[in-house]
Amino acid sequence: MNVMAPAQAFSTKKSAPVVQVCGLSRRYGKGPVILDHLDLEIGAGEFIALLGRSGSGKSTLLRTLAGLDPVTEGTVTRPKEVAVVFQESRLLPWKRVWQNVLLGMGPDAVCEVDAHKVLQEVGLSHRVAAWPLTLSGGEAQRAALARALVRNPSFLMLDEPFAALDALTRIRMQQLVARLWEKHKSAVLLVTHDVDEALMLADRVVVLEAGRIHTDISVPLERPRRHANPVFEDLRRILLSALGVTPE
Amino acid sequence: MIRKIMEYSSRYFSLILLVVIWQGVCSAGLISPHVLASPFAVVHTAETLVRDGTLPKNLLVSLVRAASGLSLAVIIGVVLALISGLSRMGEEVVDGPMQIFRTLPALALVPLFILWFGIGETPKILLVAFGSAFPIYLNLHKGIRGVDVRLLEMGKTLGLSHSRLVRDIILPSALPDFIVGLRFAVGISWLMLVVAEQVNAESGIGHMMMDAEDFLRTDVILVGLAVYGFLGLMSDQIVRYVERFFLIWSLDRNREIS
Repeated sequence: MNVMAPAQAFSTKKSAPVVQVCGLSRRYGKGPVILDHLDLEIGAGEFIALLGRSGSGKSTLLRTLAGLDPVTEGTVTRPKEVAVVFQESRLLPWKRVWQNVLLGMGPDAVCEVDAHKVLQEVGLSHRVAAWPLTLSGGEAQRAALARALVRNPSFLMLDEPFAALDALTRIRMQQLVARLWEKHKSAVLLVTHDVDEALMLADRVVVLEAGRIHTDISVPLERPRRHANPVFEDLRRILLSALGVTPE
Repeated sequence: MIRKIMEYSSRYFSLILLVVIWQGVCSAGLISPHVLASPFAVVHTAETLVRDGTLPKNLLVSLVRAASGLSLAVIIGVVLALISGLSRMGEEVVDGPMQIFRTLPALALVPLFILWFGIGETPKILLVAFGSAFPIYLNLHKGIRGVDVRLLEMGKTLGLSHSRLVRDIILPSALPDFIVGLRFAVGISWLMLVVAEQVNAESGIGHMMMDAEDFLRTDVILVGLAVYGFLGLMSDQIVRYVERFFLIWSLDRNREIS
């Protein structure tokens, strides 16, 4: 229904980038290069999926953008309001769900009502006062998502957030993320192994290989997206071959 | 229902049988009361000791000693564990000596403590404190050092300050280990108290028992033993309550609440 339309992809990039990575390099000790003069720009409200095989440097890039790893070579500009959702929910088991959501918020913003609102948004209003250890995997990830959203981040990082979930829960969570992104329009960087997930959600898919950007393509498909779309199929094939998977 | 009663009674059956045999042997005169008093005599003696105020008075003295010693141990253990758990420098200064001192059998310090602190309350309380500070220090230190790095990283991405990381993540995550240490400490405090009160004391349960030894009053000694056992049981129960109160988030794992 929609032909390759670069214009659409560029329209989101027109505004000044929220995240700017220039010549970022990183190696651990004398070991191999993890990131190799990497350049990446993420526009305001742009949804980028980052693919790559294990050891391609995805995690290091995300950790650097999250401020967990230092920048030793190159420059990284990122907004002040960032939030990260990890593969594990990383909720504090000794704080109730709503307290986890408000963790680290300034005293002016802190009230249970805010937590209620954002928990309702992620479909967790029935577990507001629950202890995290009583949550299911999907519920815990929803809580982690709420904790990220309550901060109104202009840049949201998702580090394989659905990898540990069962297939059905994963689809539901992908739909939730798509819906939330439509509403909040923050820039998103989604690190994933799943090509279909990347194509379902992202404006642009970046494939990392040996610390460099191997492929960088925009996804000119309207939302909600369908697997059956021929363009989707084409992009899927391109990305899989970029990841070293060739059709038999 | 009947099976439950059967299960219950069979658990205590052997114990009851033992007491009955004990009473039988004593009543038949096979064992002299100077060797072992009969259960009936023990109960009777306990009643007398309560009536004339001997037992309550000595019990109070022992309780105060154990409580002060244990409180001191908690304060010392927690402060040292915080120092060595939260800073590298602190660990180098504190942990080495602690690891060496903990290999000393605390009871071997009795003669030294008597020389230093005389025979008043001080050496007894300090002996209890010395023995029970170690499990608290060791467990809390382990708990602080064993904090989940992933939770710390999460806290950093949320922009938590160092003091907030300590307060909201490191200390709560070390709490289960601290309570394990507290449990050990309570057990050790009674052990230290028994020895401290039997070596030199003018009051306390241990003194009451040593006094009874001079008069071959095995009934009084048995009452003292029962009291110690009861105290150990009660203090363990209290720690359990503390645990249930503070660790409710981990105990509720299997219970659905909303």
